[in-house]
Amino acid sequence: MPDPILSLKKLDAFYGDFQALYGVDMEMAEGEVIAIIGANGAGKSTLLRSISGLMSNESDQVNFLGKGIGAHRADEIAALGLALVPEGRQLFPSLSVEENLLIGGRLNRKGPWDLQSVFDLFPVLKERRAYPSTALSGGQQQMVAIGRALMANPDLILFDEISLGLAPVIIKSIYDALPGIVGDGMSAIIVEQDISKALSVSDRVYCLMEGRVTLKGAADSISREAISHAYFGID
Amino acid sequence: MFAAGLSLIFGVMRLVNIAHGDFIVLSAYLGLTVVASTGMHPLLALIIVVPTMAAIGYFLQRGILNQTLGDDILPPLLVTFGLSVILQNLFLAGYSADPQKMDAGALETASVSVAGLSLGILPLLTFGIAIVVIASLQYMFFCTSLGRAFRAVSDNQDIAQLMGLNKRHMFGLAMGIALGVTAIAGILLGIRTSFDPTAGSARLIFGFEAVIIGGLGNLWGTLAGGIILGVAQTIGAKIDPGWQLLSGHIAFLIVLAIRPQGLFPRVSG
Repeated sequence: MPDPILSLKKLDAFYGDFQALYGVDMEMAEGEVIAIIGANGAGKSTLLRSISGLMSNESDQVNFLGKGIGAHRADEIAALGLALVPEGRQLFPSLSVEENLLIGGRLNRKGPWDLQSVFDLFPVLKERRAYPSTALSGGQQQMVAIGRALMANPDLILFDEISLGLAPVIIKSIYDALPGIVGDGMSAIIVEQDISKALSVSDRVYCLMEGRVTLKGAADSISREAISHAYFGID
Repeated sequence: MFAAGLSLIFGVMRLVNIAHGDFIVLSAYLGLTVVASTGMHPLLALIIVVPTMAAIGYFLQRGILNQTLGDDILPPLLVTFGLSVILQNLFLAGYSADPQKMDAGALETASVSVAGLSLGILPLLTFGIAIVVIASLQYMFFCTSLGRAFRAVSDNQDIAQLMGLNKRHMFGLAMGIALGVTAIAGILLGIRTSFDPTAGSARLIFGFEAVIIGGLGNLWGTLAGGIILGVAQTIGAKIDPGWQLLSGHIAFLIVLAIRPQGLFPRVSG
């Protein structure tokens, strides 16, 4: 494997006294799309919060582009080229659609994404650009959240539960847009409860259960039985 | 205008600054020192005092207050309360307990006659400056990328961090701007009336009342709140001089009883 863009070494994470992750190891190559699956409470979101710096870890537990960033603050990590599409969209309610996107682009990193290309990807956002972000449907808000992360032109983008709470037809249109996003070399980690969706867009898959990696492998060769075993811990 | 600073701090940082009243007095004393040592006109002293207070605000926030901000609102309350005590005693030690006043010459008593009413130039000037300051704060908040960043941090600190905004820096800037505005208020206060080391606490109450009457986080509402308080006090004073302060508080209580969320609460999602 060439130099990994992101590697995790024995990553532990805690909420107070509660340990949410136990020694998670992970490596991903540049341009790779990795899916992380697992039941509720398996530690998927915690993993993303640790990578993006919202939770602080030991410096060498998270390595991004050759730098130990485990102890960096989220804004420093964002400046290095890592963006998160948070679970539940989390738009800024007092900002309009366009302002939400502009906030994402304020780091001024070079790359293909700007206001225009995000509007090309999700044309409906162009019509709604002046609306408050709270006036949009859930699916449109998710588009804004994705666009906001893309505006930073990240090298690695993390998607947390992008299909959560959305209608199937919306989920389909968002997943249809994904290849256009990760097609030009951007690496991505997709956290998803919908296993078949996750497998369909990713190169490799990791399964988490109770804070530990219970399965990893190529997305096209992994068997359903192995997944249900790793997912639920039953034979 | 003093209340605008308070409103700004609360709006962006969810921080209740007990020491705010003492910062207004601090800027009045700073103004006094500048005027006394250079002999310049008090209004010109603004050029020095405003940046000084803004710098104090930024470093105060970065150095002390950021450490206290968290899920619990009690630590920042206690720290600003402590700051308030420290500042008051420093004034006492540095400037003595005597009430002081800045001399602005003829400006203080000048007046114009409008439709038979005689209006003081200084109150008019104060009102004008307040409108300009609030309008520019409003512009800054809604039409510039800095304001966009402030609103984002105020909405959701974690997610704003993900956008590469350093919330500590943003809070520092917000506090700097707030104290800059406070400095303008402090100088005008120092020209208008006399002040002493403990004048801050009384100001703080009016400030809070104006903020709450206007609705938390709404700058124009805060201005309206200030006007309502002022008018209520003046009417009270006409009835009986002893009623001046009381009637302001009564107006506040009436508003609170009828509209607990304030007259113009900020629309929030």
